[in-house]
Amino acid sequence: MANVMQNYYNLKRELEPSSIDAASQNKTIIQIGSATCEIAAGSLRVKDEFMKLINASGRSDIIIKQAGCTGRCSQEPIVGVFLPDKMPVKYRKVTVDKVPQIFQEHIIGQHPVTQLMLDKKTDKLYNHVATICTSEKCRDKYGNPWTDKFEKFILQKGIDPIEVRIVSGGCIGLCHEEHTEGEHGVVMVFPENVIYRFTKDEQIEEIVESHFKNGKVLDKYLERTDLITEEFFKFYGDVSFFNKQTRITLKNCGIIDPESLTDYIHAQGYEALTRVLYKNDPDFVIDEITKSGLRGRGGAGYPTGKKWRETAYTSNDPIKYVICNADEGDPGAFMDRSALEGDPFSIIEGMTVGGFAIGAKRGFLYIRAEYPLAIARIENAIRKAREKNLLGKNILGSGFDFDLEVRLGAGAFVCGEETALIYSIEGKRGQPRIRPPYPSESGLWGHPTCINNVETWANVSVIMLYGADWYSRIGTPTSKGTKVFALAGNVVNTGLVEVPMGTTLKEVIFDIGGGIPDGKDLKAIQIGGPSGGCIPKELINTPIDYESIRAIGSMMGSGGMIVLDSSDCMVSTAKFFLEFTKDESCGKCTPCREGTVRMLEILEKITNGNGELSDLDKLERLGNLMIKTSLCGLGSSAPNPVLSALRNFKEEFRIHIREKRCPTQKCPNLIHYEIVIDKCTGCMVCARRCPVFCIEGAKQKPHFIIQDRCIKCGECFNVCKFDAIIKI
Amino acid sequence: MDYINAVIDGIGVSVPLGITIMEAGDSIGAHIPRLCYHPKLSTEGACRICVVEVKGWSKYLPACATKLEEGMVIRTNTPELRQMRRDLVELLIDNHPRGCLTCIRDGNCQLQNLAYKLGVRERIFAGDRKHYPIEKSSVAVIRDAEKCILCRQCVRVCSEIQGVHNLSQMFRGFNTVVTPAFLANMDDSICIKCGQCINVCPTAAFIEQDSTEEVWKALSDPNKFVVVQTAPAIRAAIGEGWNLPIGTPSTGKMITALRRLGFKAVFDTNFAADLTIVEEAHEFLERYKNNERLPIITSCSPGWIKFLEHFYPELIPNASSCKSPMQMMSVLLKTYYAELKGIEPKDIYVVAVMPCVAKKFEAKRPEHYYEKDIPWTDAVLTTRELIWMIKAYGIDFLSLPEEDFDQPLGYATGAGDIFGTTGGVMEATLRTAYEKLTGRKADGLDYLDIRLVPGLKEASILINGFVLNIAIANGLDNAKTILEKVKSGEKQYHIIEIMACSGGCVAGGGQPLVHADEYIYPLDEEMIKLRQKALYMVDKDKKHRKSHENPYIQKIYADFLEYPGSPIAHKLLHTTYTPRTPRGIK
Amino acid sequence: MCEEKKYTLNDEILDFINECLNKEHPESYLIAVLHKIQGQYGFLSEIHMDEVAHLLGVPTSNVFGVATFYHFFRLKPRGKYSISICLGTACFVKGADAVLAEFKKELGIDLGDTTIDSLFSIESSRCIGVCALAPVVTINEEVFSRVKPNQVGDILNMMKGRSSAQKIAENS
Repeated sequence: MANVMQNYYNLKRELEPSSIDAASQNKTIIQIGSATCEIAAGSLRVKDEFMKLINASGRSDIIIKQAGCTGRCSQEPIVGVFLPDKMPVKYRKVTVDKVPQIFQEHIIGQHPVTQLMLDKKTDKLYNHVATICTSEKCRDKYGNPWTDKFEKFILQKGIDPIEVRIVSGGCIGLCHEEHTEGEHGVVMVFPENVIYRFTKDEQIEEIVESHFKNGKVLDKYLERTDLITEEFFKFYGDVSFFNKQTRITLKNCGIIDPESLTDYIHAQGYEALTRVLYKNDPDFVIDEITKSGLRGRGGAGYPTGKKWRETAYTSNDPIKYVICNADEGDPGAFMDRSALEGDPFSIIEGMTVGGFAIGAKRGFLYIRAEYPLAIARIENAIRKAREKNLLGKNILGSGFDFDLEVRLGAGAFVCGEETALIYSIEGKRGQPRIRPPYPSESGLWGHPTCINNVETWANVSVIMLYGADWYSRIGTPTSKGTKVFALAGNVVNTGLVEVPMGTTLKEVIFDIGGGIPDGKDLKAIQIGGPSGGCIPKELINTPIDYESIRAIGSMMGSGGMIVLDSSDCMVSTAKFFLEFTKDESCGKCTPCREGTVRMLEILEKITNGNGELSDLDKLERLGNLMIKTSLCGLGSSAPNPVLSALRNFKEEFRIHIREKRCPTQKCPNLIHYEIVIDKCTGCMVCARRCPVFCIEGAKQKPHFIIQDRCIKCGECFNVCKFDAIIKI
Repeated sequence: MDYINAVIDGIGVSVPLGITIMEAGDSIGAHIPRLCYHPKLSTEGACRICVVEVKGWSKYLPACATKLEEGMVIRTNTPELRQMRRDLVELLIDNHPRGCLTCIRDGNCQLQNLAYKLGVRERIFAGDRKHYPIEKSSVAVIRDAEKCILCRQCVRVCSEIQGVHNLSQMFRGFNTVVTPAFLANMDDSICIKCGQCINVCPTAAFIEQDSTEEVWKALSDPNKFVVVQTAPAIRAAIGEGWNLPIGTPSTGKMITALRRLGFKAVFDTNFAADLTIVEEAHEFLERYKNNERLPIITSCSPGWIKFLEHFYPELIPNASSCKSPMQMMSVLLKTYYAELKGIEPKDIYVVAVMPCVAKKFEAKRPEHYYEKDIPWTDAVLTTRELIWMIKAYGIDFLSLPEEDFDQPLGYATGAGDIFGTTGGVMEATLRTAYEKLTGRKADGLDYLDIRLVPGLKEASILINGFVLNIAIANGLDNAKTILEKVKSGEKQYHIIEIMACSGGCVAGGGQPLVHADEYIYPLDEEMIKLRQKALYMVDKDKKHRKSHENPYIQKIYADFLEYPGSPIAHKLLHTTYTPRTPRGIK
Repeated sequence: MCEEKKYTLNDEILDFINECLNKEHPESYLIAVLHKIQGQYGFLSEIHMDEVAHLLGVPTSNVFGVATFYHFFRLKPRGKYSISICLGTACFVKGADAVLAEFKKELGIDLGDTTIDSLFSIESSRCIGVCALAPVVTINEEVFSRVKPNQVGDILNMMKGRSSAQKIAENS
C-alpha cells in the first residue's frame, strides 16, 4: 500500500499548480463566477468583456479564472480582482458596462472602484481585515467575544479604525480539545493570510502593535495548522455575509476552478482518499464517519455511519452500490447545485471513500436534468479522475476498483425519496415502494445500496482528512458539523449559507441574511420546503439542529429556508406548498393522491372567501390521515406547511373565513379596489388599461370601478400615478 | 429462528418467519380490511386501508406489506384506525362516479362493501372528481377509467400473470390513469381480451362488453331459431351465482334454466371439444409422421391465440389450425344441424355461453364469418351474463329440475368435459393419440400427472415405445417460458397445451366474481381446484372417455364430415391466424 | 423479425441504444434514451417511443408510463422559442404568476400550448435554482432574470426580431 502515497504525490507533482498559487507569481487574477446563477446574471458576457480588454492591453500577467458560486446570489455576477500582495477586492452586480471602469481604474490604475465593491460601507480600502472567531468556544473568561478588545487596543495604539476592519467571524474549525472553552481566541488577518491564537489581553495588544501598527507579522503567536477554510477566507473573509459562516462543505465553492483537477488536488483534494486507501481498512472509515456524528443532510437526519455499516453488513451480497442523491427538488433550494457546480471533485472523492468503506465498486449520481451545468461539471470531473486513475480499476495502485456513472432525473420531486430514486435509475416510473426492505439491504437491482445526498457526501472527505474528533467538535451534541441553507424570500441577503449546527435562526436571518428589507417585520420562516413547516418569529432563537427544528413542528429538510415577512399571507403560502406537493404526488397511495387535492380544495375555498370554520377541522383531519397513513415521506410530510401554519397562525385562517378578508391583502378574491374620488384626476389611464373594461368615468371626471366585473388583476392600482386607487 | 412470536389485538401468535401482519391476522380471525392486496400478485401497499398500529411506530404500517417481527405488538383496530380507514375509503369514493345503482357491479363491488363496512355514511371531503369517457372500442373488454381506484391489480395481472404488459399507469398524482400505451383504445392495443383485469378489478373499471341486449332481442324475434351452446367450465361455476359451494356441477339446472329463458335447443360445447380432439389428434399425427411444424400448439383459447399473433408470430405455423370447440359447434349448428332440421342457416341464431371474454372477440374475427355480416356465432355470453339473465327472468335456479342437452350435438365424452381445465386438452389428446399412434387400446385413461397444473408443467410421456415431450402452460407469462425454449431450440416438444388463464377456462375472465367479500381472490388456487375437480367428476362418471369413441362424433363423420382432416372438415373446422400489430414486447 | 424493421430514429440515437444494450441492465437507460430523443427532436413522438420500446425490450406501455410520469418530457412539439416560467417558491413570491399571465395574454395561448406560427410555446418549470434572481424566465437556453410583467412585450419582440433576422440571413 505504500505506493498509494507515492502515486498520490507523483500525481500532485505532475499536476502543476496553476491559478491558485498564481498570486505568488506576481500575476493579477480576475475571478469570475461560472455557476448557473452567475451565468444567468450575465457573467459570461462580463468575462468576454474582460478578455477583450486584456487582449487590448497586451498584458500577459493578467489571468481570468473561473470559479463556482459562493452563494452570494443577490449580488451576482461577482468579480474578484486579486492584485499581488493586495487585499482581494470583490465587485458586485458587475455588468458589461462596468467592466471598462474596473479594468482601467483598478487593474491598470491600481485604484479599486469602491462604489462597486461588494459589502462596502466606506469608500476607503482597509489595510487589514481581522476576522475574529466569535463562536461559543472562542470567548474570554466572562464568555464575551474578543472583538471589543481588538477595537479597544486599536484605538489605544492610535491606529485609524478605518484602516483595520474588525469582523465577527464564525467557527473556522480551529478549536483544540485542550482549550475548547473560555480564555482562548483565534483571529485571521488578511491580506497576509495569517492566523494568531491567543489567550490573554496582553497578547492581543502585542498583535495589534506589531501587525496593525508596524505592519510586521508576529511569529510567536502564529497558528501553523492547515486551515480547512483558509482559502475561502483569504478571498471572502472581509465580506460580512460570510463572516458568521463556517465553510466546510462549500470550502472550495467560489475559490477553485471547478473544472480543474489540478486546482482541487492543490486544495488538499484526494488527500482523504489517499489516506483511506493507504490505511486500507474499510471498518476504520465507517468507524470514523460514525464517530464524527455526521447525519444525512437530505432531511431526515439518519446517522450516516449507521447507514454505511448496514449497507456493508446487512447482506452478504458481493455486489453493492453507492448513490448520490442530487435530485434537489425543493422549490427554493439550490445548495446541491452550487456544490456540484462549484466543487464537483469533492463529491466524487466522498463517494469513492464511501464505496471503499461499504465494499461497492459502482456508484451513481442521480442529478436532476434541470441542472445542465452541474451535470457537465460532474461528468468532466469523472472523466478527469478516470484519466488520473482516481476512478476506475486499481485506484492509485491500491487494488480498489470503483467507478461512477451519472443518471439524469426527469422532473419528479418524489424521486428524492430513495426507493423512488432507485426505480428511476432502473428506468421506471419513480414511485416509492414500501420499506422495509431498506435499500441498505435491497436497493438498486436488488443489491445493497447506500444513498446519501450531495451535502452528506461533501462532508466525507473533510471528516477523513481532519478526523472525526475535529468534526464532532463543530455543532451540537446530537447534530454535528455544518448545514448549508439556501436563504431566500424576503431577506436582504439571499444566497447560500453554511453554518455550524446549533446556530440560531436569528443569526442566520439577521447576522448573515441582513434582516428583512423595506422596514418590514419578520413573520415566519419556512424550513424544509414543501415538507417542512413554518416557524413563527417568536421561535427565532431556536438553534438549528435536527431535534430542535423537529420539536417546533418543522423539519430540517434539505436546506431550503424561505423568509416570510409581515406582508406575506400564511394561508396562500400554505396553499402554494400544497399545490406543489399535489403536482408532485406520484399517485400511488390513496392519502397523498386524493388527500392533497382535497386539502387544496379546502384552502382554495378559504382564500376565495367561501370557507367555513369546520373546514379547519377537515384540514387537520386530512393532514393527520396523510401523516399517519401515507406510503412515503412526501405524502406524510406534505401536510406540514398547512398544519404548521394552522397551528401558529390560526387567527389568520379564521379572519379569512369569518371576515372574508385577507389581512395581508394577498388573496385576490378577498380584496377589492376602490377609487378615491378626491385624488382621481380623471386621466383615464386606469380605464384604458383595465383588461375587462370595468372602470367607467369621463375625462377629467372621477372614475369608478364596477365591482362585480372586476377581476382584481391590480392593473389599475399599478398604473395610477396619483395613488387614487386603493386596495382594500 | 423458524417461528416468531408477536401479539395481535392482545392475542399471542406464533407464526413462521416471513409471514405478513395481514396473514397472521387472518390466521387468528382478525380480518383486516384491504383493497389493493392480492395474494397472487406483487405487493402494492398503495390503498393503505389495511394499515395497523404497531407499537413503537408513529406512522401506521400496511399489514399487507409488513412482515411480522419478533415481539411486535399490533392493534388491528382502534377508533382512530377505523376512522382513518373510513376516511381513506371516502377519499376513493369522492373521486368515483356516484352511479352505484346503475353500475354492473352494484352489490358486488369491493369499494361499495368497504364503504358500508367502514361506515362511510356521508361525504365530508367531497370535491371535484376525475372525468374520463368510457372506452368501449372493444367487443370484449370495456375500460371505464372513472371507476378506477388505482389499485393496480389489473396492471399487475396483465403483466405478472399474463406477461402482456398492455396496461400501465400513465401520468401521475391525481391525473394517474390506467391505459394501454399512448392512451390507445383497447382494440388498438395488444390487449388479448383474456378479461383477467375484469376479474381482479374491485370496482367496474373493467367490464365485459354486454351481449345480453342482443340475446334478449333475438329471443323475442319470432323469425329466429335461437339455440345455445355451453362451454365445459360453465357448469362448474354457474351455481356460485346462487351461492352454491364452489365446484358444484350444475349441468342439469343450467340446461333447464336456458330452456326457460326461451332457447329452442341447448347444446354442449363439449361435443365440439371431442370433435376438436379428433381433428387435432389427426393433425398432430400427420405432422409427427412427416416431422414438420412440431411442436403442435393447441388453439382453443382465443386469448392465447391473440397473444400468439402479437408476441410470437413466428410460431403461428405451429399452432393447430383447428377452430376452437365454440366455433366448431357454431359451424355445425348452421350447417349439419340446419340441414338436419330443415332450417335456413341465416334463421338460426347461435348463442355461446363461455367462461371467457376473449370468446366475444373470437366470434367477431373475420375468419369466423360464413357470409358478410353473418358470423357463425351470433352472440357470446359470459357465465356472469347468463347468471344475470336467469335472475332477470325470476327463474329460481336452485329449485329447477335437471334436464339434458339436445341431440345430436349434446353428448360429449369425458375427454370433452375436461377441456375446461388446464391439462384437460392435453389429457384428452393423449387419450386419443395413444390409440391412434399405437393402434392399441390404452390401459389407463387418467393422466394424473398433468392435472391441476399450477402454471407450468413439462413431461415426457412414454407411449409404447414412443416418447412424447409435452408441455402445459396456463397464464401466458408461463407460456412465454415454454415458447422461448421452442424458439431457441433448447427443447424439442411434440405437443404444447396453452390456456391464457391461470387454471384454464374454469378461472376464465367471464366466470363469476369471487372476491366481493375479500375472503376469496380471483386466481385463488383452492377456488380453481374446486372448479377443476367438478369437471374431473363429470369426466369420471361418463360412459365414454375418449373423444373418438363418442358415437355422435362417429356418426357425424359418417354422415357429414367424411373423415378427420377431410377437405370438408378442413373447410369448416379449420382456420388461419395472422401476425398482428402493435407487436408485443416479450 | 425485429431486424427487418426500419427505424425512424437517427443513427446517433440508435448507436446510443446499441451502446446501452451492451451494458448491464440496458432497460435502465430508458430515461437516458428519452432524454436524448427529446434533445434532438424536441419532444417524444409515439413512433419514437414505440421504437425505443422494441429496441430496449421494455413494454411500450411502460415506456409511455415513464414518459408521462416525468414532467421533463414533452409529448407535443414545442415552439421555436420555448418560454419556461419558473414557478418555484422564490419566483412565485416575487410575482412569477403575473409574468406568466402576461405571457399568456400577449401570446393568446395557454400553458403547455404553442402559437399557431410555431414560434412560441409556454411552459412552467419548477425551481431552476437561481432563486436570488427571481422571477426567472428561460427561453430555450437563455435566462432572463428579475422579469417584470411590463417587460414581457419587449422580450417577445426581441425574440420575434431574432427570428426574422435569422430568416433574412438564411434567405440571403
